[in-house]
Amino acid sequence: MSAFVALDGVSHTYGARGGSTGGTLAVDGLSISVNTGEFVAVVGPSGCGKSTLMKLATGLQFPFKGTVRIAGNVIDRPVKIAGMAFQAPTLLPWRTTLDNLLLPLEIVEPHRQEIRRRKADYVARAEKLLASVGLNGMGSKFPWELSGGMQQRTSLCRALIHEPQLLMLDEPFAALDAFTREELWCVIRDLHAARRITVILVTHDLREAVFLADRVFVMSQRPGRILVERPIELPRPRDLDIVYTPEFSEIVHELRGHIVRARQ
Amino acid sequence: MTRQDFFIRAAPWIYTIAMFAIWEAVCHIFSIPVFFLPPPTAIADAFVEYWGPIYRNSIFTLSTTMIGFGLAVGFGLLLGLLVGWSRTIYAGLYPLMIGFNAIPKVAVVPILVLWFGIGFVPAVLTAFLISFFPIVVNVATGLATIEPELEDVLKALGASKLDIMRKVGIPRTLPYFFGSLKIAITLAFVGSVISESIASNYGIGNLMLQAQAQFQVPLIFAGLVALAVEGIVMYWLMAILEARMTGWAQRSGFAQT
Repeated sequence: MSAFVALDGVSHTYGARGGSTGGTLAVDGLSISVNTGEFVAVVGPSGCGKSTLMKLATGLQFPFKGTVRIAGNVIDRPVKIAGMAFQAPTLLPWRTTLDNLLLPLEIVEPHRQEIRRRKADYVARAEKLLASVGLNGMGSKFPWELSGGMQQRTSLCRALIHEPQLLMLDEPFAALDAFTREELWCVIRDLHAARRITVILVTHDLREAVFLADRVFVMSQRPGRILVERPIELPRPRDLDIVYTPEFSEIVHELRGHIVRARQ
Repeated sequence: MTRQDFFIRAAPWIYTIAMFAIWEAVCHIFSIPVFFLPPPTAIADAFVEYWGPIYRNSIFTLSTTMIGFGLAVGFGLLLGLLVGWSRTIYAGLYPLMIGFNAIPKVAVVPILVLWFGIGFVPAVLTAFLISFFPIVVNVATGLATIEPELEDVLKALGASKLDIMRKVGIPRTLPYFFGSLKIAITLAFVGSVISESIASNYGIGNLMLQAQAQFQVPLIFAGLVALAVEGIVMYWLMAILEARMTGWAQRSGFAQT
């Protein structure tokens, strides 16, 4: 297994653009390496630079110190292979659900060259993806006609439609109710299992991290760096019931201890 | 149609008729002289008597206003996109535009007359100058308020700035743009009438100036009413256009009851 995403001794400030002076350090000496096809979760106290980590790993921002490599190459521009989903679904209100899904295909090469010609193929693909997350026949609805959970499913589909090698999730379930959240955990679990894509999940929810991830990283308070790396050796496929087992609780409890210490 | 629906539909007419009725009553009760404040019936008489000139001058004012407004839409949209595109252009142009907007347009008319003579051209240009600013500001605001997360999603797909502009920036700016047209069209009338009253031989502004010189107060008021009617009709057209083009942005039931 090779490292697909590798951050090595990365420091980054907010505020000052591209310089090391001024602004506050968001992350400092951060190193993390994610293998191909691995599911990694990053947890930590709020404001610890988790979102910065996301931006660094996708080339949306560049560190002033350290290197970020993806598939072995140092990145100096936004990667073109990532799908992203955030806490807010950020769907376009003037597009139907289906057209929202097609948006990445209108941008990513080589699809953008072909979408006019092969529209029907792409629509079929989008509908198949919608069906796989339980949104059959919802393609013609506008985002405001969907519930919060459905919007978030659509947002996940949009992150996956172009079959990215890397999926970045920034607290994608934080705004949902507990039942919908657990449902979507299973959606993500199945999508990851089916496609073996590399996933980096940033979250506050320790149960979510333990349920989904192969490894959980605990970040320190700002400036963020990795305090603990915890492999989760629970067997896959994991059933939702696993969250009520003592082993599961033990891991969550242990991680919670790390976070409490990190906050001090 | 419920009772409430009926009253909502009838409300504009009822309120307007009530205003004119109160006006008429006040004029009679307090015996206000016609040359001070003519009652609506006197204004209506003036409308009938001077229908020819009022009609011709209204059409003139409407055409100068619409041409000025058309220029403002084109130029305002272009400048708004430019300002929204680049922070440098924004920083550079904004103080200039605010300074320019702060100049009373009435003070610009003599310069326009110096350059273009009196009549049609200064009226069009004044309408243009006074109405492009809200369009620029609104378009630029629409672009400046793109959700950063959405921008990240698109950038991580390899989207260029032009892609983001085309797929997200421009569509999400449309409600701001069409909203600004309603402000701009009424301002355009202000501009053309100012210019006509200072430097023109045509237009409602000129008609009112002449009526004032001849002390035909009901005719002055008839000119005002003609302007108000034109303003309402154009505003209404802009509102319809807005609802047509950006129906997705108008789902709120807030003001519907």
